[in-house]
Amino acid sequence: MNNAETAIEAKDMVKRFGSFIANDHLTFSVYKGEIFGFLGANGAGKTTAIRILCGLSKPTSGEIRVAGFNVFTETEKIKKHIGYMSQRFSLYEDLTVFENFRFYGGIYGMSRSAIREKTSEMLGKLGITELRNTIIASLPLGIRQKLAFSVAIMHTPEIVFLDEPTGGVDPITRRQFWTMIYEAAASGITVFVTTHYMDEAEYCNRVSIMVDGRIEALDTPAKLKARYEAASMNDVFIKLARNTIEK
Amino acid sequence: MRTIFYIVQKEFLQVFRNRMMLPIIFVIPVVQLLILSYAVTFEIKNINLYVVDNDNTVSSRSLLEHFRSSPFYHITGQGTNSRLGMEYLQKGKAHQMVVLLPGFEKNLVTGAPARVQVINDAINGSAAALMNAYTMSIISDYNKTIITRVLPAAASPMNVCWSFWFNPELDYKTYMVPGILVLLVTIIGMFLAGMNVVREKEIGTIEQINVTPIRKYQFIAGKLIPFWIIALFELAIGLLAARLIFDIPLLGNIFLIFFIASVYLLVVMGIGLFLSTITNTQQQSMFLAWFVLVIFILMSGLFTPVESMPQWARSLNVVNPIAYFIAMIRMVMLKGSGFQHVSDKLGLLFIYGIAMLSLAVWRYRKTT
Repeated sequence: MNNAETAIEAKDMVKRFGSFIANDHLTFSVYKGEIFGFLGANGAGKTTAIRILCGLSKPTSGEIRVAGFNVFTETEKIKKHIGYMSQRFSLYEDLTVFENFRFYGGIYGMSRSAIREKTSEMLGKLGITELRNTIIASLPLGIRQKLAFSVAIMHTPEIVFLDEPTGGVDPITRRQFWTMIYEAAASGITVFVTTHYMDEAEYCNRVSIMVDGRIEALDTPAKLKARYEAASMNDVFIKLARNTIEK
Repeated sequence: MRTIFYIVQKEFLQVFRNRMMLPIIFVIPVVQLLILSYAVTFEIKNINLYVVDNDNTVSSRSLLEHFRSSPFYHITGQGTNSRLGMEYLQKGKAHQMVVLLPGFEKNLVTGAPARVQVINDAINGSAAALMNAYTMSIISDYNKTIITRVLPAAASPMNVCWSFWFNPELDYKTYMVPGILVLLVTIIGMFLAGMNVVREKEIGTIEQINVTPIRKYQFIAGKLIPFWIIALFELAIGLLAARLIFDIPLLGNIFLIFFIASVYLLVVMGIGLFLSTITNTQQQSMFLAWFVLVIFILMSGLFTPVESMPQWARSLNVVNPIAYFIAMIRMVMLKGSGFQHVSDKLGLLFIYGIAMLSLAVWRYRKTT
């Protein structure tokens, strides 16, 4: 595979915690500009994998390159090129919207004027310009999640990692959230997103489905549905999970 | 540099926005200074004395009169039966009992040894020793006047002239307040920065920082600087209170005190930040910090003179930053020592601080 086309390449990625194998020889590639869905049940190993790719956790073994850099030796270089939105809420609740943008933008080395411009641009897109000086703690979860995503991509990374970004939000907000993801992808950012909502898988270019630490299937949603003779991704997932249990 | 600035800015915003934090940082320390400085004292002022006078003569009454007129003694009971005095000691109603046996005056006049019995409640050993010394000096003064009267030639063969330097009135507060200032600065330094890092771990925001290209030293510096400034500000409030409320002399250069404090803070904050890198919850880091702090405080010479500790304990104080700071701040405030007098200790403290901060930077993990 050609490096120019891939944003992420993982070969035999393994992560062990003692005798427990969280990631069992994962092999996959993510192409530049695509929305890559990383699906699986709770505890399947999605968060472990995303943490490795972001350089937060060291893999046990494997050959892994993110944005062209080796995760073992060039972790800090990777961090310049990625954005990350964790499962846990990551904005400072006692700061205002703008103060959060300013802090993270500042850490990524953005200039003062760039931070201001980017903030007003993103708040404008979300239609919440008037919330610029509101304390995060007083905002509803849906808006906070959208803000967290905006913060994760404000420094225009090559790849953004989203770890269950829509957990706990209502269907309308989820819809809006996916619109934001599409816009990010359209602007050239590769999106790596984990979820356990199978309907969201339909929005991805390609998806991988993890069961018990292994990738059981990886393809476009249409091809997966055809292969497993399923009407929806939900059915695909259930068939895959059942197969594994029967094995 | 810019990255550090953004962290510092964020920390200040958070501190000043926190309604609980401001009083904790600025009010409680002053209250602490007020209470501790007035209350914690080694002076013995109210000795409850029980006297047993079985002689009941002019001489015995005259000796007891010396106790009665001393401001340090309070005669809590008087009788002819020492058993009752024992009861007083047992119940804690008396700290000391003085017993004069029958024939006290007669023995004095005839030149035979006149016996006086002094019994101390010595549960608190150092307090008992002090009471005993007061009493002995009253009795020996009395003794001397009698000898002079009987034998004028034997009076004062030696004339000792003494004075107390640096604290001429032996005011305990003069000794204590600088030490308590050190404690204030220490607690702020040790806890605030370290706890702040662990808090970010608890709420999960540290992950978001760890995925950025921030350098480890930038992170530690960003957490150090805001609380370093706050602690120095705290010291300024404390010094002002010491000057205005307690009238503690400040003989040395005030800038030297701040310079010493800023070097000292590198050490305690370095320790606090290091502890924060090896713990995951505020509870853990609080406990660890307290264990370290209690040992440091008790061995520092704040309450007890370092000179009277065993040699091994004094050697342990080589790594006790509080001992360095207390010694130096007392020297500068009370003796007016200059930079050249403290430069050795200050140099060691500086090396210590750099070492602790390096350790914190080294131990801080962006990737686990």
